[in-house]
Amino acid sequence: MGSVTRRTFGAAVAGALAAGALPRRARAQGAAPKLKIGVLLPRSGLQAFIGQSCQRGADLAPDLLRQRLGVEVELMNADTESNVDTARSRAERLIEQGAHVLVGAFDSGHTAAVAQVAEQRGVPHVINVAAAPQITEQGYKFVFRNFPPAPEIGRNGLVLLQDIFKEAKVEPKTAVFMHVNDTFGQSMAKGVAALLPKVALPFKLVDTVPYDPAAKDLTVEVSRAKATNADLLLLVCRLNDAIVLRREMVKQRWNPMGVVSPGSPGLYEEQFSKALGKYAENCITNTVWFNPKNPITHDVAALFKKRFPKDEFAFHGTNVAYTFDAILIAADAFKRAKSVDRKALAEAIRQTNIPETERVSFGGPIKFNAKGQVEGNRSMVLQNLHGKPTVVLPKDYAEGKLIFPVPKAS
Amino acid sequence: MPALSHVANAVVSGMLTGIVYGLMALGLSAIFGVIRLVNFAHGELMTLAMYAAVVVFQGFALDPFLTIIGVALAFGGLGYALQRGFINRFVHRAEHAQMLLMISLAIIIGNVLLLGFGPDARNVQTSYQLDSFEIGPLLLDKVRVFAAAAAIVTTGLLAAFFRFTLTGKAIRACADNPVGARVAGLPVAHLYAVTFGIGAGSVAVAGCAMVQLIDVTPGLGPSYTLLAFIIVIVGGLGSMVGALLGGLVIGVSEALAGLLIAPSAKSMVSFGLLVLLLLARPQGLMGGGRR
Repeated sequence: MGSVTRRTFGAAVAGALAAGALPRRARAQGAAPKLKIGVLLPRSGLQAFIGQSCQRGADLAPDLLRQRLGVEVELMNADTESNVDTARSRAERLIEQGAHVLVGAFDSGHTAAVAQVAEQRGVPHVINVAAAPQITEQGYKFVFRNFPPAPEIGRNGLVLLQDIFKEAKVEPKTAVFMHVNDTFGQSMAKGVAALLPKVALPFKLVDTVPYDPAAKDLTVEVSRAKATNADLLLLVCRLNDAIVLRREMVKQRWNPMGVVSPGSPGLYEEQFSKALGKYAENCITNTVWFNPKNPITHDVAALFKKRFPKDEFAFHGTNVAYTFDAILIAADAFKRAKSVDRKALAEAIRQTNIPETERVSFGGPIKFNAKGQVEGNRSMVLQNLHGKPTVVLPKDYAEGKLIFPVPKAS
Repeated sequence: MPALSHVANAVVSGMLTGIVYGLMALGLSAIFGVIRLVNFAHGELMTLAMYAAVVVFQGFALDPFLTIIGVALAFGGLGYALQRGFINRFVHRAEHAQMLLMISLAIIIGNVLLLGFGPDARNVQTSYQLDSFEIGPLLLDKVRVFAAAAAIVTTGLLAAFFRFTLTGKAIRACADNPVGARVAGLPVAHLYAVTFGIGAGSVAVAGCAMVQLIDVTPGLGPSYTLLAFIIVIVGGLGSMVGALLGGLVIGVSEALAGLLIAPSAKSMVSFGLLVLLLLARPQGLMGGGRR
């Protein structure tokens, strides 16, 4: 028997380690692969209500997608705290922790930061909600968006204004445009300014009033808008500022013919109705929504009711629909790619073709163009009636009758 | 150019907002005027008072204006204890040590509120919250009118306290000459604590008055601390009437700038005024005399 040399000892240790690792590796190969999706949403801070609303859409996805597609999805949730820097660092961390795909992040500024990280690290990023057009104009290869960019939302929203006036047989002569002064608000403002001359609308835009999205007091801004004596208020807002602004309108007894958002959150949110009660009534939003006629929407709505019995699905419509669909897109790609390889997943997402009847959100088939953007998403006219957002146009989907001009708030 | 009635409404609204701002800055001015301590936790103390008003409203459906006296007394006690327990030990230390103490206190209050109430905005809804008084073409926001009245009454009471009571006179003596006050046998540490209590009580009045005007979040403090600094510097550090005047100047100039130039010009105008005043009259509008 020769003595144990350093070389033979090293070989023996390496062999033992390899033998120990074998069963674990074999187990891993035998297990059903699972898609890990990092979900980035502003669940706290200024946009907490909307972030949590989107989160509900994500939470419903794993069970329903297992039933419908037969794939396993695991969510890795991260809170962006309504902060761009936090969104960026959380995205980095999710990738470090093994996320195969990122979904999120509701706010355009946060989403742009996450998209940069995803592109740099070669991880597919499916945007749930974010409208700044530049996000899909960067030539990114790993960033995909089903949500329409701001100009498209604006155009759809403005075109629907024509339908409102036609249905009501009333035409305002002047309008004032107020908007939040953040990435999304500025994108919408540019879109509206560019589109107004092209869309034949009966009114003249007499003033544009931007305001700070974190403003605690909008007295001056509302005074300025009121001073224009405009017939109509066109409003691009978020939730908290929409509440502050509407309160100030009531205090200043400013009663335009209508308050209409050509496509922004805020006016149709549950918290808006809760905080304002009767003063939330009749506000109109022309926005992206869920398709109430699709069977998958019924499944999502039923599961929503079961999981969140205290919540009304209508208040979470857009957020749930687009967040669910973002996860659907990732899961569908995973099913076709049969791999969690990030490049293979990105390629599969690029080839997505989900028919319009198989999605929750309202629009045509989900197909990405060369920029990673879905075209053909559609909007509906929602009006707050009896305390909840109600579809009033297009008529094929209407649940209630349009009220325009709206009665004075008193 | 907007109609004259819109300009008049903006001016009146700016005045009411400014008086409320002045009320908020009153405590900061009183504390600095006597203790020579810059209270960086000022906004956080107001936020804490706003949460107190929300809790009382949710628990007992008590109107925030009716809770003013109770909350102000509680905050007076809290302020006294803070000054007596911690801050008095820093009064004679270097200014950066005082600054760090107050910033630490601000961060602690903000995070305790975050832990206790979460990040979401909270508010109080009363039946008259969205009502306005109508006087000819003028519309006066009811809550702002009540808040402005509270501000004027509080300022008057504080001025009377400092002018006519023995404790008030003793506090003024401490402010004028702390060494002389000690030599004369005045309990300076106690009087400083009373002053901080008065400052905290004033902030509590402001918090109760403002909770119907703005939704409260744990992160509300720093922006209002900054605003209070601007107001007291414009009005004159240590002057109570100056705090109200500073608030008025800022409120009206912001309202007019927003209406006549652009809403985004509001902050630009208030900071511009601050720079001009620091150049032309560093002691502020009412600086020089105290109280």
